[in-house]
Amino acid sequence: MNTQRSALNRESRSPTETFDLGVGLGRSLVGGMSIGLIGPLGAGKTQFVKGIASGNAAPDSVRVTSPTFTLVQEYAGRLHLYHVDVYRLGGSAELVALGFDEFFTSDAAVVIEWADRVRDALPLDSLWVELRPTGETTRHLSFEPCGNSAHTCLEAFARSID
Amino acid sequence: MTTILGIETSCDETAAAVVIDGTDVRSNVIASQVELHSKYGGVVPEIASRAHIERLDAVIEEAMAKAGIGLGDVEAIAVTNRPGLAGALLIGVTAAKTLSWVLGKPLIAVDHIHAHAHSPAIGLDAPPWPAIALIVSGGHTSLYRVDAPHAIERIGSTLDDAAGEAFDKVATILNLPYPGGPQIERIAKRGDPSAIGFPRTMLGRDSLDFSFSGIKTAVMYHVHGQGKTEGGLEKLTSADVADVAAGFQAAVIDVLVRKTLRAVGRTGLCTVVLGGGVAANMTLRKALEDACTHRHLTFHAAETAYCTDNAAMIAALAYHQLARGETAGLDLDAYASSGKAARGTTRG
Repeated sequence: MNTQRSALNRESRSPTETFDLGVGLGRSLVGGMSIGLIGPLGAGKTQFVKGIASGNAAPDSVRVTSPTFTLVQEYAGRLHLYHVDVYRLGGSAELVALGFDEFFTSDAAVVIEWADRVRDALPLDSLWVELRPTGETTRHLSFEPCGNSAHTCLEAFARSID
Repeated sequence: MTTILGIETSCDETAAAVVIDGTDVRSNVIASQVELHSKYGGVVPEIASRAHIERLDAVIEEAMAKAGIGLGDVEAIAVTNRPGLAGALLIGVTAAKTLSWVLGKPLIAVDHIHAHAHSPAIGLDAPPWPAIALIVSGGHTSLYRVDAPHAIERIGSTLDDAAGEAFDKVATILNLPYPGGPQIERIAKRGDPSAIGFPRTMLGRDSLDFSFSGIKTAVMYHVHGQGKTEGGLEKLTSADVADVAAGFQAAVIDVLVRKTLRAVGRTGLCTVVLGGGVAANMTLRKALEDACTHRHLTFHAAETAYCTDNAAMIAALAYHQLARGETAGLDLDAYASSGKAARGTTRG
């Protein structure tokens, strides 16, 4: 019997609402899972990750900033969280060359900005979140789970916001 | 007289320098990878690490030759061991450990960002401390209170994008080549900085933090049209593009200057120093200098050679660490983050 949810869609009317959706997802994170974020410049990807880190119970000292230049940042919390940004990378081979594929085999959670650029380097079991601008501050968020931990996380997330 | 060899491989540049007594720079060699990266539009880590390995020996030899010294004259080896790309940092750290062991000389581990904060002091007759240091680069935008080389306290930093990152992303929106910062400054010279009033995010009256994500988005919508994420650039004339660049740059600089003055007001300090890669932006240097002059504050910007990533600043700060007996062991690791090591950041 397959009762698993295939996808979830939510509208955000502001950066604050994008943050709040991230908080919900952060509370539902499952160890070892990866989240691939898709969306253009200014879609609110880093804002969403701020929410995820907060929902994951990051201590106050944790500061979530764009890893575009630093490529990866790590945040403490309920689960260890890797925040990766592949904006400056040429493709999947470079993610592997950096050793970032190690993150996927740890019990930490991994969230990747611009993940569509390294699609084949992500584990098959990943939650894909697309942030699509629909207006100046409004965004359409679609959550698409592939695999068990992504489904488990999204089920918990859906229950918490329904 | 203490001769220190500095090594820096934290990100794009492979660098080595020889500095005497923390301020007398005898050589400052940087093998830039910008040419390698520009065709990719950014840092390519695989290339970066390989290039560090291929170039570091030659860069160290050139630094020694330019300084007119041999390995026997080196009294300590300083190396950046945080923050940066773990794989890239490790190449410099391994080279430094090897030299330290072979020569039997002390090893000094330097924080890259602290070295930037200290970089405006290089070459000055007297130390500028205590001072407010504004450090602006692609990966960092922070305000520090520097009371001494060993007393560097961060009092504000970006909540989202670094200023240099905003420059690069706006350059991408305007379809300018990498690296974007110098391109924006070049084009902005032909534009009217007040033609477009881009937002200045001040984060409330008390905050010393920065936010440059909003202005990036504002530029995007100005170019692409409200709610759109592409197109529109073809409708702009080169004069329009120049106005966008000038308006964007003016807004970023305005925030940087106002926050720095706010930090001065908060601390009561009378000196401001500027460092980091974006400090090479002459419009920023002049704006901050003018603001300081107007308020009778002393201002020092790091020499442009010490703005981008370099090893002279590493050897310069290391001198003060050595004087305090802060040396590292041969078990020294590289860390991706500043401060305490986060899990899983070491390699090798």
